[in-house]
Amino acid sequence: MNQPAASTSPRVSDEIRRTTCYMCACRCGIDVHMKDGRVAYIQGNRDHPVNRGVLCAKGSAGIMQVNAPSRLRKPLRRVGPRGSGAFEEISWEEALEQAAAWLEPIRRSDPSKLAFFTGRDQSQSFTGFWAQGFGTPNYAAHGGFCSVNMAAAGIHTIGGSFWEFGQPDWDHTRLLLLFGVAEDHDSNPIKMGLGKLKARGARVVGINPIRSGYNAIADDWFGITPGSDGLLILALIHCLVEAGRIDLDYLARYTNAPVLLDRASGLLRRDDAGRPLVIDRRSGRLCPFDQPGIHPDLRGSEGGDSTVFLAMLQEYLDPRHAPENVAERCGIPAARIRALAAMIAHAAFDQPVELDRPWTDFRGEVHRKMVGRPVSFHAMRGISAHSNGFQTCRALHLLQILIGSVEAPGGFRFKPPYPKPAEAHPVPHFAARPGQPLEGPHLGYVRGPEDLALCADGSPARIDKAFSWENPMSAHGLMHMVISNAHAGDPYRIDTLFLYMANMSWNSSMNTRGVMDMLTDRDEDGNYAIPHIIYSDAYSSEMVAYADLVLPDTTYLERHDCISLLDRPISEADALADAIRWPVVRPDRDVRSFQTVLIQLANRLKLPGFVDADGAAMYRDYADYIVNHERKPGIGPLAGFRGDGTAVGRGAPNPGQIARYIANGGFFTHPVPAEASYFKPWNNAYQDWAVRMGLADKPQPYLFQIYCEPLARFQNAAKGQGARQPPDHLRQRIIDTMSPLPIWYPPFDEAAQARDFPLHALTQRPMAMYHSWGSQNAWLRQVHGHNPMYLPMQVWERHGFAEGDWARVTSAHGAITVPVALHQGLNGDTIWTWNAIGKRKGTWALDEDAPEAVKGFLLNHLIHELLPPRGDGHRWANSDPITGQAAWFDLRVRIEKLAPQSASDPGLPPVLSPVGRGPKDLAWRVGTKGNAP
Amino acid sequence: MHAAPSIIIFTVLSGAGFGLLVFLGMRGDPPQGLVAFVLFAIAYGLAVSGLVASVFHLANPQRAWRAFSQWRTSWLSREGWVSVAALLVMAPHAAWLVFFGQPLPVLGWIGAALALGVLFATSMIYAQLATVPRWNTALTPAYFVTCGLACGALLAGQAGPSLALLALLGAVQLLCWWRGDRRLAARGHDLASATGLGFLGRLRLFEPPHTGSNFLLHEFVHQVGRRHRPKLRAIAFAALCPVPLVLVGLWPATAGFALAFLSCMLGCFVSRWLFFAEAEHVVGLYYDAIRGPAR
Amino acid sequence: MTCLPAATDRKLGLVIDLDTCVGCHACVIACKGWNTQYHGAPLSDMDPYGPRPEGTFLNRIHSYEALPDDGGAAQMVHFPKSCLHCDNAPCVTVCPTGASYKRAEDGIVLVDEDACIGCNLCAWACPYGARELDRASGVMKKCTLCIDRIYNENLPQEDRVPACVRTCPAGARHFGDLADPDSAVSRLVAERGGFDLMAELDTAPVNKYLPPRRKDRLENAAPPLTPIASGGGLAGWLDRMLGGG
Repeated sequence: MNQPAASTSPRVSDEIRRTTCYMCACRCGIDVHMKDGRVAYIQGNRDHPVNRGVLCAKGSAGIMQVNAPSRLRKPLRRVGPRGSGAFEEISWEEALEQAAAWLEPIRRSDPSKLAFFTGRDQSQSFTGFWAQGFGTPNYAAHGGFCSVNMAAAGIHTIGGSFWEFGQPDWDHTRLLLLFGVAEDHDSNPIKMGLGKLKARGARVVGINPIRSGYNAIADDWFGITPGSDGLLILALIHCLVEAGRIDLDYLARYTNAPVLLDRASGLLRRDDAGRPLVIDRRSGRLCPFDQPGIHPDLRGSEGGDSTVFLAMLQEYLDPRHAPENVAERCGIPAARIRALAAMIAHAAFDQPVELDRPWTDFRGEVHRKMVGRPVSFHAMRGISAHSNGFQTCRALHLLQILIGSVEAPGGFRFKPPYPKPAEAHPVPHFAARPGQPLEGPHLGYVRGPEDLALCADGSPARIDKAFSWENPMSAHGLMHMVISNAHAGDPYRIDTLFLYMANMSWNSSMNTRGVMDMLTDRDEDGNYAIPHIIYSDAYSSEMVAYADLVLPDTTYLERHDCISLLDRPISEADALADAIRWPVVRPDRDVRSFQTVLIQLANRLKLPGFVDADGAAMYRDYADYIVNHERKPGIGPLAGFRGDGTAVGRGAPNPGQIARYIANGGFFTHPVPAEASYFKPWNNAYQDWAVRMGLADKPQPYLFQIYCEPLARFQNAAKGQGARQPPDHLRQRIIDTMSPLPIWYPPFDEAAQARDFPLHALTQRPMAMYHSWGSQNAWLRQVHGHNPMYLPMQVWERHGFAEGDWARVTSAHGAITVPVALHQGLNGDTIWTWNAIGKRKGTWALDEDAPEAVKGFLLNHLIHELLPPRGDGHRWANSDPITGQAAWFDLRVRIEKLAPQSASDPGLPPVLSPVGRGPKDLAWRVGTKGNAP
Repeated sequence: MHAAPSIIIFTVLSGAGFGLLVFLGMRGDPPQGLVAFVLFAIAYGLAVSGLVASVFHLANPQRAWRAFSQWRTSWLSREGWVSVAALLVMAPHAAWLVFFGQPLPVLGWIGAALALGVLFATSMIYAQLATVPRWNTALTPAYFVTCGLACGALLAGQAGPSLALLALLGAVQLLCWWRGDRRLAARGHDLASATGLGFLGRLRLFEPPHTGSNFLLHEFVHQVGRRHRPKLRAIAFAALCPVPLVLVGLWPATAGFALAFLSCMLGCFVSRWLFFAEAEHVVGLYYDAIRGPAR
Repeated sequence: MTCLPAATDRKLGLVIDLDTCVGCHACVIACKGWNTQYHGAPLSDMDPYGPRPEGTFLNRIHSYEALPDDGGAAQMVHFPKSCLHCDNAPCVTVCPTGASYKRAEDGIVLVDEDACIGCNLCAWACPYGARELDRASGVMKKCTLCIDRIYNENLPQEDRVPACVRTCPAGARHFGDLADPDSAVSRLVAERGGFDLMAELDTAPVNKYLPPRRKDRLENAAPPLTPIASGGGLAGWLDRMLGGG
């Protein structure tokens, strides 16, 4: 019998083009297989430092994104009322002329009348530079509603954070604790790392109210009650400190634990040059922290002042932090908290990792080995998107520091250009002057009240009130406040709202319905409260209908981009790396890359930095900018192949740079020397290497900030010290929340809401859609086409729910009607759903009766950017009081059972689709018959 | 299982057609002339229309001829061969009876055996499937064969065999339901055996692979409404057994047989719909979609 | 050719680690992409932007919850499922046309699409839901173990693995010869207690599943912590930890 012959060696493609994925913030390398000039198949690039060949569901589904029927085709000018979706197609010349006609007068008169905010922008060093040239103080990206608590707490504590900033030492760690991680920017590296840990039997502990995804494979699950993570972390700290299981040597050498605290001011003692002072253990003398040869004394004292270490001991030995006193609030039995503390201590101290790599520290001491504590942590929005998130993130970093596991083998490692302490970052720049550029970058790290972005009268200088007393350390801005502030004219009115890749009339806003009203609201003269809205997006998203002018962007395979070291690069702990995107296919529509459009606009507006002294354009398009722009002499957007093609980091622009990147697979990587690979903040070899690479201007060793002095400065101001004073109604809150040692306080308004709204409500992004720009993807939407509200067993049984039931979920702000389902592995006081599945009818080229638009829903309708009125004359923001991070996960609700419904509520009326509807079926195959050998 | 109309029509009609051929082939005093023509036309018409209906079930019917190739292992292939053989062998016998008033008894007997073989082969397509425990039993051939023969006997107007076969069919049908409802559990299939995860505890589906439907769910997961099931079974049983029994017993004339046949056909259609719709394919376990006695 | 080979020279298959799979669906989509572009008819999608999007997929991930009998917390298991390339493949023997067959050289179960009439019987015979009829082409689709990758001379050697294995970010999918007791996959199965799905049906699957490890066993896994200065307060703590000073 003959078996049929199978073709086993088909020709795979005509050509492989290597570029960078943009289906989320992970930025993996991809091999795009081309046939007949079209995209045939996308797989991971094996050589790429981020993903080493693997690729997630989104990345593999990129082919459906590049060919999506929802792609915008031509610039659009609104012809119907705002929000209707009625547009006419116009030429690019008309579009640019219109945009310039709005922007030019406001730049000439008052640049702050422009609010320019970018969402899932991966070119922030460029868009920020553009906004700086325009001169508006009103620029930021989406960090404010994402995870600025994590970023700011990390920078202020250890000089970096998780995701793009650093990573667990996957090869050496023996215990990994995941706090509030459903999915992350580092999506593939986390999965690859977990796989490594699993392969060698290392332990993974998941701390998350929801047991799914990563937490599903965790060896131990702590189903914590939302908002109490800080309490749990401080209890772990209490247990470790009480048992003396902390790394005293590490604390003395690398942290500000031995620095003397001035009793009177609560500030660090410093010498005349501003260097923090410690007592040398051997000489007993007062010395600057970095004096060669000294051994800082944790128990030092001088003139009645004692160390940060003593203050810390006093704080965390206090019995109020004992597991028994927090167990109920956390929803975790005390014995389990103690068991986790014991496991951390055991893994850190009983099985240290030793690498035979000599290194020299900044005090000149030579270490024969690199000794590390193989306990690592990773955290994400689950702990940061609360009104106590900043302090919780600080507490987590303190825990890492106490066991000596940051930048030590087996622990947490920074990725170049990090570590980079707060002092190495700029402070905010915000002074708008007619026709003039801003004097420096918008976003930064404030050291104290003097760095706040305030006008002479003390009012906020920025439309989002970032860096104001309401949220002094809002390092990523507050994109989620822009529309409501602009609508209210508080702190001032604007003329043009310019948004990029930000779905603010849908899942990127709190109070979605209210935002739609604000965008369409008119003043008494019949003019829109926000006079002009320009929006750029590649797809027919929900925000498009609310724009007056739509600038259609390219898809990610049709554009140039750079994943720059000036921004958030793709480095790994052992190598610096950056990457490009390049047009592997030509657009089949009349669309332009947004960055190129910004350059064309800059050339029309003659923005500084984009035109030379004669007003002539310096850059043709974004690719030209990527190659030729120099932020400082010799330092440009890309670090690789500079100068004659061999220079790394520093070097003259190289016209052949992009070609070299393409030939190299779309990325560039350069290894960190082995002796510089750990202890980077204090390692001379690393500090020198970083300067050579252009990552820093000079070696800048620093101490980890157990005691965060900028917070103390704000507390002092709130107590009446200094020239810059907060408004009175904020004084007590600043004193209560801005503790220089990590603390925990209940999420705002919890006490007021707990009785009427007993449940916590959360969202998670599904891995197959995390951060991806739209769920209209034909393949991915089949996996997640609608979202139930998941209820724990307790709630399920208490209300007598059965399969197929629906529920009304009510918060202090509103109510939604949604389908429910049971989830047993869930904190008993928590309900949750997948985020951003729900779509507006008429968007994304979907049918109006698509499940996303009928059954799918957003939790956003329940969340307001302000807390409910409390009768004190103020509307307090629903955000972290330190950074302004949107407190998405503070949401409290109650639930009622409903009979099965046909559609979720609120069901909003459809908008007109500017792109029509997708095809009725697909059988995707490009090129000639793929089986031909 | 999905109750595809084409398959229900095919199995019921061709079952009745081949059942009639069994009687036409083995009767000692076969009808002749016009009566023979009418009866053979009915038999061939039912058998062939059933086969044609089954072809509509195929996604690529133009390749149906290929189905004859795998008679060594495939009951579907065997069914094809046996039905063609039965129809061919029976043809001269029929022609002789219609045109010459003479039977060809040897061919008639062989044809009858082949027609019986068709009923059996059809049943084995279902009975062989270990994946559908309700079907994977000797009762399935018994059910298909008695269905076909009872319909055939009624069409052939043979009172004795009709009464005996209808009684037997009623018994077989009741036994099928009684045993069938317990079959899945008796075989020990559940979500634990399907996933191998029983050691972890009590299992349930958290999320299906996709939020929408798919081929497997359309084809294999069908639930008969709890309230509809007893009603449909009552209708099927009454129409299959007591009604035609009484009709034939009290009115053994052509009209009585005709009414009894129509009742029996109605019973067959409802029963056959239930045969498919009630059958649980084990793949439903993965979707946690098998409810009822099995759980 | 619906007779099963008496024995196959090799038994190529997958080993899926349920302790490592995070349920990300990467394998599902990589499979969809590759098999839409290469072997046989593309995997079609009906109503892809409408109310009932429904496509052909050769690999799907279920998620289950298990509530332990000892009162512990419920555990979630992500469960990818595709063709198991059974030694006793019931889908092969039922095929009336010979379109379904099991290869003698490597045990891969394939469909010769030119011979498939779309009768669905093979799908009925499969206990695992591994076969799906493609509605656009009318032929039965199933996992080919990427037969057009694993032997493909146009691919570099290291890429000659199924698309799902190559893409799996967590490394939860392993490919190899399960007839060779010394192969990496066979060793994994032996070490981790790899098991068959629905073994009671005697399909003798080649693919194996590695069980999830026991979870939530933290208590007593490490020596308990004891306060170093119980009652001694801060001073006692300092003396014990830092010595007199």
